[in-house]
Amino acid sequence: MSATDVNSGEQSPSKLRTFLGDWRQNIIYIGFVVIFVVFALTLNDKGFLNPNNLLNIVRQTAMIAVMAIAMTFVLSAGEIDLSVGAVAGLASVTVALAISAAGPLAGVLAGIATGLAVGVFNGWLTTRIGIPSFLTTLAMMGIAKGIAMWVSDTAAVPILHQGFAWLFGGGAVGRIPVLLFWTLVLGVIGHVALKRTGFGRRVLATGGGETAARFSGIDTRSIKFRVLVLSSLAAALAGMLYAGRLQSGRFQLGEGDELSVIAAAVLGGTSLFGGKGTVIGTIVGAMMIGLINNGLILMGLEFSQQLIARGGIIILAVALSQKR
Amino acid sequence: MSSVPEFAVRMTGISKSFGGVRALDGVDFEVHAGEVHALLGGNGAGKSTILKVLNGVHTPDSGSIVVGGKPLTTHAPEASRAAGIAMNYQEMSLIPTLTVAQNIFLTREAKTGSGLINDREAERRAGELFNMLEVRVDPRKLVGDLGAGQKQLTEIVKAISQDAKVLILDEPSTALAVSDVERLFVFLRKLTQRGVAVIYVSHRMDEIARIADRATILRDGKHIITAPISELPIDTMIEYIVGKRSLGLADVVRGDASRGEVLLELRGVSGRHKPSDVSLTLHAGEVVGLAGLLGSGRTALAKVIAGLEPAASGEIRVRGKRVDVRSPSDAIERGIALVPEARATQGIIPDHSVAANMTLSVIDDISVRGFVDQRRARDITDEQIRRLAIKTGSREHAVSTLSGGNQQKVVIGKWLASDPDILILDEPTAGIDIGSKSEIIRLVRQLAREGKGVLMISSELSELLTACDRIVVMADGRAHEDLPREAFDDPAAADGDLAHRLQAAEQRLQIKIQEALVGGKEESHVGH
Repeated sequence: MSATDVNSGEQSPSKLRTFLGDWRQNIIYIGFVVIFVVFALTLNDKGFLNPNNLLNIVRQTAMIAVMAIAMTFVLSAGEIDLSVGAVAGLASVTVALAISAAGPLAGVLAGIATGLAVGVFNGWLTTRIGIPSFLTTLAMMGIAKGIAMWVSDTAAVPILHQGFAWLFGGGAVGRIPVLLFWTLVLGVIGHVALKRTGFGRRVLATGGGETAARFSGIDTRSIKFRVLVLSSLAAALAGMLYAGRLQSGRFQLGEGDELSVIAAAVLGGTSLFGGKGTVIGTIVGAMMIGLINNGLILMGLEFSQQLIARGGIIILAVALSQKR
Repeated sequence: MSSVPEFAVRMTGISKSFGGVRALDGVDFEVHAGEVHALLGGNGAGKSTILKVLNGVHTPDSGSIVVGGKPLTTHAPEASRAAGIAMNYQEMSLIPTLTVAQNIFLTREAKTGSGLINDREAERRAGELFNMLEVRVDPRKLVGDLGAGQKQLTEIVKAISQDAKVLILDEPSTALAVSDVERLFVFLRKLTQRGVAVIYVSHRMDEIARIADRATILRDGKHIITAPISELPIDTMIEYIVGKRSLGLADVVRGDASRGEVLLELRGVSGRHKPSDVSLTLHAGEVVGLAGLLGSGRTALAKVIAGLEPAASGEIRVRGKRVDVRSPSDAIERGIALVPEARATQGIIPDHSVAANMTLSVIDDISVRGFVDQRRARDITDEQIRRLAIKTGSREHAVSTLSGGNQQKVVIGKWLASDPDILILDEPTAGIDIGSKSEIIRLVRQLAREGKGVLMISSELSELLTACDRIVVMADGRAHEDLPREAFDDPAAADGDLAHRLQAAEQRLQIKIQEALVGGKEESHVGH
């Protein structure tokens, strides 16, 4: 190997570098498999490989995955959305209230309206007033939670419509949970949209170099506006999925999810600085976080220990995926 | 008379102000179809402003624009592009995280039958365009991984690919190898034969003289003259650009070099890829130039000396003592300072004030118990502003508000603040106007007189010949020849005027560079 290095100085190092680059880029998939195998070997007697347990992981990660797919667009455009968790909680409450007042269709419309309203407000503040999305959405996090507490009087709002509960989270086709379909369908749409449509390319261009994108004729403000709306809509959908699964709307649903959502995207190879993102990586990232949570619980760790272990594993994975 | 418009572009009475500063003052600018029209002027003359008005980035305060016979009333990049205007920006329209092909066809992506983006097709078409230009750039590479020359070729191809009626090239050749510039010129000729109008902006007069049919010169936001290039010899051009004579390079007097002790000595220094086995010495009071084409290893050598790239083998000696330079701070400690090539990204923080930039490299020295001594910061800044004659409203102005030449002076001032013995300047005059260029060259000579050793990289041979006492010709990462400045003087032309002598020397240096290329293997500068 080293002999060819000397002789064909041009070719070998670049191949080697490509391989190393790929290795780092693919760390999420490698890591996923490694963790899965380790848990399978060590936790088999605790039922890790039991199909019910695996499906449970899918159910628990679906909402994170749905929000993280949209977050991939937000991060790729060089923005961030910290309000997703709170918006999911707010949407679960508005949906539940609308269903009890006017039926399931009104519930779905209320959910979409909630996402749209928050997203437009986030987008408007960020792109027109010029407040960085970090601050806009940080403030929105509190506002959304406050509204959710206020309109629900801090109480859980039950959802009694079985059809809604089945479609949004609770149901299953055979043994396959509906939540898996949501994740897969949105994942495929998200992947194609990011990699193969003009919109996705504009998102990546906006985050990769805003000035350059603008000079190339891209309306970067409109792109940023749209990804923030998209993110809130996804958060509202996640809220509906929470509500359907738990047959109630509560302001606490989705609380703290923004960290898992951002971690899932970053683990999957999406850059926090924009310009680089993959939806497939994000979904695997979300699954990996679910996997880790599940494994740590099965290991019998206390919640405090889980938090520490989870943080450590995420830092390790992100550190390994950094280009040097 | 006929339906073919005589003017590809007709801008009349264009005015534009930025916060009270009049960048353009009733400028007329007319470009014929099928000509290469040079747009000239010093920094702050209004060149980039008028181009940005033309391609829709800026909205003019007054005036009218007619493109291809049709008035252009909407001022947006999309509208200008629809009117057939394409422009390369100085490396500003490329997105580092996308591939070359993706960048070239950004917003004009090739689609499959089902409406999805087809990157394979884009790569094929990009490949064809590069082939047409006879240059080698891999369309699948990420732009962020390309060198400056390849980025520039990508920029140019991006502009060309738009099939425009008016093609604006803003400093297209700054990072290109001579052979690539030749191919670009041949290609531009083909375009103009098809009736395309090319607006060509460059600070390199030799290029203008060769490629342009007519030229328009702006100064201080005003239109000065439009004339066929045959009526504008280089001297006259410079005269119009600077507004007064005596700022040509030939007027910089090199003065005597009194060589002092050896400051820097390289013995067989190699980097990971480049440079390879370079030996050279730099004395106090001496300016040594590194000449060579893009990819010849000049910048790589500078980076190794300044600790930005590790040395793979060989030794570096400072004042006779072997040193281990592993990081820029090691280099600074040994009195070595590198003023990098890309000043906007590597040299300055554009949004920070002149003072903040200027004191950045000495922040520890002027701090007392962690607090920056504001008075010393002020004194240092004011001294550098005076010494380098930096034109700025005040030391508190953001560097981004200064002209290119003055920004470069801030970068130099920033490094002078740490009082280095050895100063490495990488393309110190890239993209700045000729008046500021000769000021920078004078500054380089002055620094040498003060006993510093200066290593200077420049692609403009006349600058190297004006500034340097010795010139090292590099190719393929190697130092091929180390020649005193006098070696380039043509004894036959000794009686000619300064400008003439400089021209003769430039030819000789040009030949040396070509010889070095042939002496080493012809090296492709594609990829690293």
